[in-house]
Amino acid sequence: MQFGWTISVHILFAALSIGLAPFIVYFTYREVYGGAERYTHLREFWLKVFAIGFVMGTVTGIPMSFQFGTNWPRFAEVSGELIGGPLAFEAKMAFFLEAVFLGVLLFGKERVSDRQYVLSSVLVGVGAWLSGFWILVVNAWMQTPRGYEMVQRNGMEVAQLTDPAAAFLNPRFPWMYVHMMNASVIAVALIVAGVSAFFLWRERESEAWLSALRVAVVILLITAPFQAVHGDAYGRHVEETQPQKFAAMEAHYETGSADLHLFAIPKEPSAITDPRADNLWTISLPGLGSYLASGDFDEPVQGLDEYEETPPVAIVFWSFRFMVGLGFLFIGLALWGGLMAWRRSLTDSDRYLQAMMLASPLGFAALLTGWYVTEIGRQPWVVQGVLRTENAVSTGLTSAQATTTLAGFVILYVLLLGAFLYVVKLLVETELARVEGQEVDPSVWSRVPILGRAATDGGEAE
Amino acid sequence: MIAAALDSVVSIATVASAADPASPTVPDADPAPLLVPDEYIFDALPEFWFALVLGTLAAYVALDGFDFGVGMWYATREDEEEREQFLAAFGPVWDANEVWLVAFGTTLLGAFPAAYAALLSDHYLLALGAVVALIFRGIAPELREQREDERWRRACDRLFVAGSTLSPLLLGTLVGSWVFGTGTLSLPAILTGVGLIALSLTTGAGYLAIKTEGDLRAAMTRNGQFATVGYLAGVVVLLTVLFALDPRGITSDLQSVPMLAIVVGSVVLGIGGIALARMERHREWFASTLGLAVLLGLFVAVLLYPEVYPATDLTVSEAIVSPIALNLMTILGLPVLVLVGGYFVYLYSVFGGTVESEGYGG
Repeated sequence: MQFGWTISVHILFAALSIGLAPFIVYFTYREVYGGAERYTHLREFWLKVFAIGFVMGTVTGIPMSFQFGTNWPRFAEVSGELIGGPLAFEAKMAFFLEAVFLGVLLFGKERVSDRQYVLSSVLVGVGAWLSGFWILVVNAWMQTPRGYEMVQRNGMEVAQLTDPAAAFLNPRFPWMYVHMMNASVIAVALIVAGVSAFFLWRERESEAWLSALRVAVVILLITAPFQAVHGDAYGRHVEETQPQKFAAMEAHYETGSADLHLFAIPKEPSAITDPRADNLWTISLPGLGSYLASGDFDEPVQGLDEYEETPPVAIVFWSFRFMVGLGFLFIGLALWGGLMAWRRSLTDSDRYLQAMMLASPLGFAALLTGWYVTEIGRQPWVVQGVLRTENAVSTGLTSAQATTTLAGFVILYVLLLGAFLYVVKLLVETELARVEGQEVDPSVWSRVPILGRAATDGGEAE
Repeated sequence: MIAAALDSVVSIATVASAADPASPTVPDADPAPLLVPDEYIFDALPEFWFALVLGTLAAYVALDGFDFGVGMWYATREDEEEREQFLAAFGPVWDANEVWLVAFGTTLLGAFPAAYAALLSDHYLLALGAVVALIFRGIAPELREQREDERWRRACDRLFVAGSTLSPLLLGTLVGSWVFGTGTLSLPAILTGVGLIALSLTTGAGYLAIKTEGDLRAAMTRNGQFATVGYLAGVVVLLTVLFALDPRGITSDLQSVPMLAIVVGSVVLGIGGIALARMERHREWFASTLGLAVLLGLFVAVLLYPEVYPATDLTVSEAIVSPIALNLMTILGLPVLVLVGGYFVYLYSVFGGTVESEGYGG
């Protein structure tokens, strides 16, 4: 539980780094080689967000590297040989790269050449994407473990690496990696779009933020539809390799031709915890579940009844619906924005700007629920078929200790999230004063907090 | 089992043998002329990784140690401008330094999973406490920048100092308990924590003496000498306590030749450092304080070996992962480690010299 909570928060910051990195590279590049002043503002603003997000990512990531030991010593011991290597690579290849060159990026503008500065921004991005790479190597192995055998060591049965190629070039990995990286980019593009929309809503003439919104919309136009196509193929892969997870995602209880539930609305409260076809109002396409999974309408799909132990179906089912629904919403928003950008009227419609503001946190919501689908869908296993979650935890840990520290971490991380949002709010206020101050009134600087706060309370959906 | 492992390893064995053509390829019972999958590329590879794990720990103690030192000396400066200088010296490097702790944890997990599991689950609260202290240390300066008003800054300052003090105390206690096998609430463990505070104060003063100028530099040079004396006194007290309590028959280890060399080396470096500080050779002095941290890492290594987790008598050869995994980590990992060294040289060359009082322009 504690791990689940800390990782939920950590993944937000990690995804922020991953998704924001390409934007930073782009703005830095345009600033340095195009010399346009507006990119300076954009880079400075987003770099500040990135920096505070990265610090949060570091400080929430360090507990993770210890929690494998403090809370999951059995997991660490049993699968250490398989997970330790990639994690060590993550630290050495990715974190060092990110941390060192972020230092240069934040403090070194005057101290290094332009070329080195742009290169630093690229390297920070590479570091962020590499860390995602290694952590998903580990996670892909936990989903579909291969290339190992169980041996006795120090009186314990542990997994021993026998075939690194099979273990680390896991077929699940490319699916997860593309899906996760793309999801991070979508989530951040929505944030960038939302923040840009906010500034434009206040000040239509801001060229810098118009550029930012345009970039975000273009990126959304590419990534959001791609995510749907790719996610569909990914689902098929899951059906082949982790059929019980797929069955839970679709709440498919009996083996046989599977219907696809496009929409599901609970008929009665119990349906929320027990989503079965007969207590849901659904818009279902008969047989399409089978078609999606195998390309054939009548092909039987394994149902949950074939498994003695199943994941908590309700959470997986609803999380999956939530994620997919949001995904289609994002495609809609992207198309809407694309149409307006094409007509060069991106800032004309209040409604579009407001919609983007409201949608800005939804990308992260979709990302989190997607993560829940994949992790909870694997239960009761922590390593599919190898180690059960209940056996992975510390034997010496009393439940009182675990509860106390869980509570502590919940409070601490809520505070961290709060601090992060607070800082972003301050940044937005300052930036708003700048954007409006340029055209309206230079003395607005002195009124920053009041003006900003009133505006933020009125507009931001945080 | 060996045969089965051989079968499945064919695909990588060619790669591995290409990378290491000189390795002995004499399979036990199987005539296949491939790299033997259950042999390390050289016999002492487990020891090599043991050294590497403690090397990352030493790097962490040396590098993040001076960050802690900056955080603690920060408490002694009232002047806003001086505080900003401290934060400017600390800002660009602390995050990269802290990654050495992650490198230590993940390397220990990758090479000695059983030791990693035992170490952290036996010191559950201590490890989490240290983590929380590190969180405060990291975010406080970030938050401080965001607002001008006095009360906000004071609150962030307090968090920063508390985090910087508690982190070395708790981490030192953790290491002490690990090495001496005495448990968290024991005199040797807590003394190790206090010793790490003194060492961090020493390295931190050395670092600040490089980064600052004038009166501030003079003050730091003076403080650093006191801290060095404090650290050496702490070492003496710790050794005395160890001889008196003799946990897990440690006194025989302590009387060995390498141990004697380490202790004498620390005293020489400490006194030499004080001399360098008095001669105002700040860079050399700072280097000597980092040497103290490296010697502390060696001290830990010599005391542990051949065990990697003394409390349960777990030895290096018992806890090490299988040859395939370790060989792979060695062949792929070492070049990366060289690269990491390169990053740090670059980072510190970009941010060499003193900080102007307005910081690095960030």
